[in-house]
Amino acid sequence: MDEEETPEIQIEVKNLYKVFGSKPEKGVQMLKEGKKKPEIFEKTGLTVGLDNNSFEVYKGEIFVLMGLSGCGKSTLLRCLNRLIEPTEGSIIINGRDIVGMDDEEMRKIRRQQLGMIFQNFALLPHRTIIDNVAFGLEIQGIDIPERHTKAAEAIKLVGLAGYEESMPDQLSGGMKQRVGLARALASDADILLMDEAFSALDPLIRRDMQDELIDLQQRLSKTIIFVTHDLDEALKVGSRIALMKDGKIIQIGTAEEILMNPSNEYVERFVADVDMTRVLTAQDVMKKADPIISCKSGPRLAARLMKEYGISNLFVVTQHRILKGIVTIDDVVEAVKNDHTTLEGIVTTDVPQVHLTTPLADIIPMIAEAKLPLAVMDDDNRLKGIIVRGSVLSALARKESEPIVA
Amino acid sequence: MSLNIGIDLPKIPVGAFVSDLVDWIEANLGWLLDGITAVLRYLLNGFQEILMFLPPEIFIPILAIIVYFVTRKDHKLAILSFIGLLLIWNLQLWDHAMMTLALVLASTIIALLIGIPIGILAANSDSINAVVRVLLDFMQTMPAFVYLVPAVIFFSLGNVPGMIATVVFAMPPAIRLTNLGIRQIPTELIEVSDAFGATPRQKLIKVQLPVALPTIMAGVNQCIMLALSMVVIASMIGAGGLGYQVLVGIQRVNIAMGFEAGLAIVIIAIILDRITQNLIK
Repeated sequence: MDEEETPEIQIEVKNLYKVFGSKPEKGVQMLKEGKKKPEIFEKTGLTVGLDNNSFEVYKGEIFVLMGLSGCGKSTLLRCLNRLIEPTEGSIIINGRDIVGMDDEEMRKIRRQQLGMIFQNFALLPHRTIIDNVAFGLEIQGIDIPERHTKAAEAIKLVGLAGYEESMPDQLSGGMKQRVGLARALASDADILLMDEAFSALDPLIRRDMQDELIDLQQRLSKTIIFVTHDLDEALKVGSRIALMKDGKIIQIGTAEEILMNPSNEYVERFVADVDMTRVLTAQDVMKKADPIISCKSGPRLAARLMKEYGISNLFVVTQHRILKGIVTIDDVVEAVKNDHTTLEGIVTTDVPQVHLTTPLADIIPMIAEAKLPLAVMDDDNRLKGIIVRGSVLSALARKESEPIVA
Repeated sequence: MSLNIGIDLPKIPVGAFVSDLVDWIEANLGWLLDGITAVLRYLLNGFQEILMFLPPEIFIPILAIIVYFVTRKDHKLAILSFIGLLLIWNLQLWDHAMMTLALVLASTIIALLIGIPIGILAANSDSINAVVRVLLDFMQTMPAFVYLVPAVIFFSLGNVPGMIATVVFAMPPAIRLTNLGIRQIPTELIEVSDAFGATPRQKLIKVQLPVALPTIMAGVNQCIMLALSMVVIASMIGAGGLGYQVLVGIQRVNIAMGFEAGLAIVIIAIILDRITQNLIK
């Protein structure tokens, strides 16, 4: 249903391995022979960090690396800017393989193309906020007036204007992470690496930050690689999610793809506790708005349709399926009796409406109160479907009981 | 059994070896020793001249004001320093006190100039750290008096060998705490500098040293305090100042003289300690 243009690839990772310890090549060899992490550790003392990972990250998406602690998600993230040196494989960023690149060139890539945001904010305690934000620019050798101008812009962008001269220990956790975000934005890198960026924040602030991240990403269209261990967070912010286990990506897909078609038992267990009402949206549970009636038709047609389909109300639309309102059986019968020729006058325009992307959690209270079905609308105010109580219940029941086959 | 073997075997000539080494150094590296002596003497005289440039009646209030501002307006300490320094002057120990202070400052500066870079190197390399740690353990467990022997052998008697012994004695905490301070920096902060593309030098100057500064300053404080205590001991090989007064007091069993000089040392120690401790904050 979404616009499916062929996305531009920004990062391409091919057959990436990371083994910790001396002589890691041996560990890679064993992985290629199909040996598993515990066995390799037992035999050689080498720790497998990443086991043959290949994936692509598209320009302008939020790509989430998710898994439990120790699954290798942070290691993978750190390989992307080579804070951790990959043992084997290639990482192509904007067309250039950064594995094996010399220090000088790697620094250039880090300065200009990769911003990073850390779990515990990692602000320099001896610097003011503006000098923290300007850190990347300072490293690049940009002079003070220019870097302060740019830093001030970034600070404004994350909503911290006025705190330029504060010290990090005067700020709350959420504010500190905004500074971290501003620091990564200031150097205008088009890729942001976020390592458990919101995990140290308390839940409310965390939710705000997630919303803001999504908002920022839409405004600035950065490519974001987001590491988290929190499935709800992954589902919320992720354009696509890569689920990792034992150093290996076991499934990549959109939130729905992962929830609906878990590729194996592990993924299934992982997603078992997800609150489906937050994942499913109006378009997942709506049914086709059929029949509908044009506003130019008369009450007789309406009455016939209702009788034919056994329904007690009918949505009224204009030419391009723009919602006009709804008519109920009582009004239609009344109109037929009085020989009205149009529906005008009996159309109730006060129809409860939801958008295609409204989560089920918000729909349930509406449907509980509403006497009429909910109209599901798209951005152009066209009627895309309707939701009645039954469709919500059946959607939930279906999603919870049977694993759905695509 | 093993004891018998020890007795039967000839004694290993450790002493003779060291003595040969000393002879060789004296014969072949005399120019180096002379060079070091000249530099140290120059530094020491410079400090002494600076400290003696102003008469005590002007210098004491200035020092008290410096203490006042360095300690963030701790007026009690400033007044205490003022009275203490007046007391030293009154006891007619002013010149000796300034001599001691010059020795302490000159020795500390040299100890820091050598110690902090070694600490940085040790922090960035585990193999260097392993070597340095053994050396530091050795240096710190060796009784302080032992340093006087090579100092005397190579630099004869006077202030310069006193300084040498002091530098060696006072350096370990500067190395240790610089090393510790840098190693204690959270990994994330190091990752920040790497992730934003800092060169190793930028990382050192913009992240490692500033973040480690409080710990390094604790090392500086320790270094100064150790230097002060060693300067007193170094009077045994002819270093001047208050230590020498104490030594004379001991030799002549002159309790009054020894106590007064000792008191002056305590006053200087307190002032130096408070100033350096507050520089950290």
